[in-house]
Amino acid sequence: MHVSKYFAVALLTMAALPFMSSADNAGPMPTAEKGTQIKIGNFTFVPATLEVPAGTHITWINEDDVPHTVVGTDPGTPIKSPALDTDDRYATDFTKPGTYKYFCSLHPHMTGTIVVK
Amino acid sequence: MQSNDDSPKGMNRRQLLKCAAWAGAGVVWVMDGGVPRALKFMNTADAKTTGFSFVQVSDSHIGFSKDANPDSTGTFKAAIERVNALPQKPSFLLHTGDVSHLSKMEEFDTAKEILSAYRGDVHYVPGEHDTIGDNGAAFFERFNGTPARKWYSFDANGVHFVALVNVLDLQAGGFGKLGTEQLEWLEKDLHGRPSSTPLVLFTHMPLWTVYPQWGWGTDDATQALAYTRKFGSVTVLNGHIHQVLQKVEGNVNFYSALSTAFPQPAPGTAPSPGPMKVPADKLRSVLGIRDVTYTPGHKSPGVVEQTLA
Repeated sequence: MHVSKYFAVALLTMAALPFMSSADNAGPMPTAEKGTQIKIGNFTFVPATLEVPAGTHITWINEDDVPHTVVGTDPGTPIKSPALDTDDRYATDFTKPGTYKYFCSLHPHMTGTIVVK
Repeated sequence: MQSNDDSPKGMNRRQLLKCAAWAGAGVVWVMDGGVPRALKFMNTADAKTTGFSFVQVSDSHIGFSKDANPDSTGTFKAAIERVNALPQKPSFLLHTGDVSHLSKMEEFDTAKEILSAYRGDVHYVPGEHDTIGDNGAAFFERFNGTPARKWYSFDANGVHFVALVNVLDLQAGGFGKLGTEQLEWLEKDLHGRPSSTPLVLFTHMPLWTVYPQWGWGTDDATQALAYTRKFGSVTVLNGHIHQVLQKVEGNVNFYSALSTAFPQPAPGTAPSPGPMKVPADKLRSVLGIRDVTYTPGHKSPGVVEQTLA
């Protein structure tokens, strides 16, 4: 049971990106919870690039056993987390369309992008 | 470069120790003009244990309590006990960063308390775990005396030591970084020093690119090392990657140190550079300290790794 459930979640997550990026006239979608989480694991953000509609609440979850941060690189960025230890979460709302780049300030080779449509 | 040994400006040999003694497991390297030579272990009974040595400890990660080491406080204590048990008391300690795991004041407090068991000076550089949220202000105040004292240098027994900070203002997609201000300071700091002065640079992240996929390097290290080119003996000590690695490049000998908290995988041997779990009874064999000794007749130091096993 568990295996098939996780498999289904993985499929949905993978499916979310192409679906949402093509949803130009979708209007306010029924809040796609599945597409608003970004996992931090093995020193990577997954997915590294995420497209969401304006107004999306995005949550990062650190699944590594070392701390990471989520910090935007643009001036005035809404992304700035404290240190996230294992299982800690950080969330913020993306209200304005645009491209938001971020990284882990502890391990700067870890980078990610949020595209808000 | 060896001819510089005899220059009037060369290191004062009388300041250096007569003979070196090492106890415990490890490999002894002595370097001459940048070329390392393996030495046999000396018998401590034959040794006159006077002179000049120092110890590098690194990556104590006080506050870390995950599976890879539920007791990083205990292993750091054990490391300092090892330091205190050395047959030759080191002149001082260098801590090459990640003193704490999460830059918390109580973690800094615990580290300070454990280090107080060593009766001598400790010189610090921060790791990226020590500068979370405030770009190192609390760390510098706590360990360097003032938030303004980030990088610095000092002399000991004719050797010039430089503390470099490569974990501040890191840029997305980049590695460790020294930054323009620090590089300018370094150039001035080294300017005018005799080329026969042995240099020790100590910092947290490696000053050579160990493994870019894991971010193990420092973006502007090449510029820093360019300032050291005229010096016959340059020793670079770093932490961050929790394993012993050595590299020789021209006049520069790079050494990466063990952690006192947990090991990390060799480059590319795991999905990520995260803490590596080893069987509990093996943990202390992959944690350790580094004893560095300058001996007469050699411009570069002997370096001994000592595990906590």
